[in-house]
Parts: sequence; structure tokens; C-alpha cells
Amino acid sequence: MGVEQILFYVFGAILVFAAGMVITVRNPVFAALFLVLAFFTSAALWILLEAEFLAITLVLVYVGAVMVLFLFVVMMLDINLAPLQEGFTRYLPVGIVVAGIIVAEIYFAVNAEHFGLQAVAEPVRHAADYSNTRELGRVIYTAYAYPFEIASAILLVAIVAAIALTLRAKRQSKYIQPEKQVIVRRKDRVRIVKMPPEREEPGTS
Amino acid sequence: MDSLLAIWSSVPESAQLITLTVAKILAIVIPLSLSVAYLTFAERKVIGYVQVRIGPNRVGPRGWLQPIADAVKLMFKEIILPSSSNKFLFVLAPILCLGPALAAWAVVPFMDGVVLTDIDAGLLYILAISSMGVYGIIIAGWASNSKYAFLGALRSAAQMVSYEIAMGFALVGVLLAAGSLNLTQIVTAQQGWVWNWFWFPLLPLFFIYFIAGVAETNRAPFDVAEGESEIVAGFHVEYAGMTFAVFFLAEYANMILVAVLTAIMFLGGWYAPWSGLLPESALAIPGLGWLLSDGPHWLLAKISFLLFLFLWFRATFPRYRYDQIMRLGWKVFIPITIVWLLVVGGMVIAEVPPWFA
Repeated sequence: MGVEQILFYVFGAILVFAAGMVITVRNPVFAALFLVLAFFTSAALWILLEAEFLAITLVLVYVGAVMVLFLFVVMMLDINLAPLQEGFTRYLPVGIVVAGIIVAEIYFAVNAEHFGLQAVAEPVRHAADYSNTRELGRVIYTAYAYPFEIASAILLVAIVAAIALTLRAKRQSKYIQPEKQVIVRRKDRVRIVKMPPEREEPGTS
Repeated sequence: MDSLLAIWSSVPESAQLITLTVAKILAIVIPLSLSVAYLTFAERKVIGYVQVRIGPNRVGPRGWLQPIADAVKLMFKEIILPSSSNKFLFVLAPILCLGPALAAWAVVPFMDGVVLTDIDAGLLYILAISSMGVYGIIIAGWASNSKYAFLGALRSAAQMVSYEIAMGFALVGVLLAAGSLNLTQIVTAQQGWVWNWFWFPLLPLFFIYFIAGVAETNRAPFDVAEGESEIVAGFHVEYAGMTFAVFFLAEYANMILVAVLTAIMFLGGWYAPWSGLLPESALAIPGLGWLLSDGPHWLLAKISFLLFLFLWFRATFPRYRYDQIMRLGWKVFIPITIVWLLVVGGMVIAEVPPWFA
């Protein structure tokens, strides 16, 4: 067993462990952190597949930006876990059946018959000077230029939509106009009333 | 010597590779740690002189042993774990802070060919790894189970994510100008004297990258994550002893990293300011010739100057208000970088000499 295979199994084991912990751990912050670990480990697996550009982008986008914001939100939530776990045993049989069906479906779709070495040729190992980044750039900007442009336009629309959704047309908070504050005089605010006393204070006369 | 070589060649090839790599890593990390220690000393001295006082001058000759004394003191202090904190994450956080700051050095070239791993996507790797540093701070703030620490962590996370965008756009400008993501090729694209370096055609990106670097490392005037006067010490308020020291190591290691990247991408890396201008006979003078020719010493000089700027900023500027930091990052830096990307693209197409010819 070569070094590469050992690395694959180590990373694979960590990935499966982290992915399992994401859905079983109780604390949502821990779940988010295990998701980060899962992303990071799958990036390592992609590097083993000579896809270093995708691996680095995965770390950059998901680990570096998306999960930070996610963690940000999860940390500020005050979730009471007890009501969420009510009825766990009641729905367990249904859950097991659904999970079993999904596993069976995945098994029939993705197995050695369709993805084994008989069906798909072993990928060619490239020399050390092979640059996945360069190859990817070449393909994206030539053969797949239009799909790439369309995807970027959709992303741009999504960004604009997100901003438009959170944009408030009118300011809700009260704010002060300094020029109005400056021109205020005492007589605008205070009315001095002179009136005789209602009754004599005892001891003054 | 021959017997040593014989022992070396008898070791299996994979073990040789691992030994060599570990040796190279140590050759980078040990000088880096020493630089970090003496950068703290330099900071206290520089700020001292800026404020017309002497700074530390008691431990050793002229205070030169001060960082050693500090390190020894911090190592022997008790590490206090707050009773209701999350112990595991509390200890993990400083390590997560320091790890990325050191890992990014794997792709930094010191000279043509003198680099730990010469990967093609070096610039992307730097961006990805440095974006991981924020986890240490967020986890520290959350695991401490303290409101001040949590506020500091939230501020820091929002600030770092915001400035990363401007930083990324500045790097895209460098990528456009150099035509490569490989750091060695970025430096060789700037071959020549001062005028050939990228600082002038990418001037706005240069300033934005460096300022964003100051913000990324949570240094003054962007140090609201610590904000001593508002949230006592921010995310590391609960830390003591060595765990506290590791946060500082990470901060200073990140400062050196930002300085070295600025030097590589905008200030011509290891090229001397008069590279290619002096006659061969001047470079042949023993001693002086080496000093005048290109080499890692020029990279070190540029890093030192940029680090001095970090210290100078801290001594000069008052702290930004938090909403002003966000405004600067989103409404000033990002639009400027996008506009300048178009300008750089135009310059590259027009092949403006001497940079893009």
C-alpha cells in the first residue's frame, strides 16, 4: 500500500467521522465546526485527485467565508435543544425506513458495476509540472465560456437580489437634524406660568 | 563526511523526503519565531522612541534580552481555564490562530528557486490559508463563555471577512499584471529596478492590500477586536500564560506574512532597487558587490521597512470607530479595487512598458 493510499484512507476516515458528527452532535456550534473539518478533509482528498485548484477554492470559499458567517449566526442563536429532540423515538422507524431506501438507491446507482475500473478507465497520473489550474482555466474560458458566463450572471443577480431584499427604503430609526436642534429657542419648549399659591404654607406668616 | 553520505543514501527514499522537508520547514519556522520575538521588542522600542521615551532597556545589554525574558515568564505562568468555558476549544483556539500563519510560509519564495513548495496556485493557497486564521479568534471568543470575548470575536470575524474581499481583489490585480498565480513568477515578472516593480501601475491596489493587511491582522488603527478601552481585551480576555502568548505569536507572524507578501507582489521581492542598472564591475567588488546585487537580503530589507510601517501606524493613528471600519472596507476599498482592475486590464492589453511589454 503506497503513501497515497494510506493518505486516502486516513482522510476518508476523518471525512466520514466528521460528516457523521455533523448530524449527531448536540451542540450546533460543534456541528458547524465538524462541517468545517469535513470541508477541509474533502479538499485534501481533491488534492490527492490532482484537482488542487478546486481544493483551494473549496477551502477559500466554504471554509474561509461561508462557514465563518454560518458559525457567526449559530453562535448567536439560543436554541433550547430539549423540544427539538421530543418525539425522536416516535419517528425513528419512519426515519430508518427512509434512510434505508436512500442508502439502497445510492448503492444501486453508484457501485463498482457503474464506476469500477471495468466501466471507467483509471485516470492518468500527470507529471509534476502538470498544472490543474491552467487546464481548468483553459477549459472554462474556451469550451465552456457561455455556461461559465451564465453562471456568473446568475450569481450577480443573486447578489443584487440579496442586497435588494435587505435594503430598507425608509429609515426606521429616529434621527436628529442638527440644524433644527440649533435654532430651537427656550420659548419654543418651555412655557413659564405664574400663579398665586393655592394656600398659605404653615409657619410662613 | 563520506560515511554520513553513506548512511543518508541507505535511508529509504520516502524517509529521505520526509527528513528533508521537515528540515526545510524548521529552517523557515525557527528564524520566523525568532523574528516574531524580536518584532515585539522592536515594536516596544519604536513606539517608545515615537513617544519620546526609551522603551525596554533593563534586561540584557540595551534591553536585547527582553523578548527572551517575556517568553520565559509567559511559559511559567499558570494557564487558567475558566470554569464554564469549553475546555477543548479553549485550548484549540490559539493553535488554530497560529497554524495558518505558519502554514502560509510554505509557498513564500526567498530567492529564485529557494522555496519550500513551488506550487502553481500559490497566491490562491495564501488567500485560502490566511482566511482560516479567523477561526482561531471566533472559537476563542465563543469557548471563553464571556461577553467581552464574544463581542471581540464577532467584531473580528465581521472585519476579517469584509477586508478579505478587498484583499482578494487586490490579489486579482497582481494576478492580471503578472499573468501567473505562482509567487516566484510574480517576482520574476517585476525583474529590474524600482520603476519595473508593480507598486506604481498597481498603486491603489498596493495601498489597499497593505491597509487591508493591517485590518486582517487586527492591528491598530483597526484593532477593535481587542479594543482595550471598550471591551477590555476582546477575544483573548480570558487567556493567560502560554495560551495568551500564542495569540500574540500568531498576530506578529501574520504581520510578517503580510509584509513579505506585499514585498513579493508589489515591491519586487528579492530584486535590488537598482537591479540591472549597475555595471558588472560594481557587482564584482567583494562584499559590497553582494550587497548591491539581488538577493534575499533585499527581501529582508523590504520586509523590515513594511514592518516598521505597521509599528509606525500603531504609534500614530487613533483607533477607527467600528462602523467607519466597515464603511472603509465595503464602500471605499472594494469599489476602488474593482475600478482599478479594469485599468490594469486595459494596461495589460495596451502592453504599457516597462511593466506589461
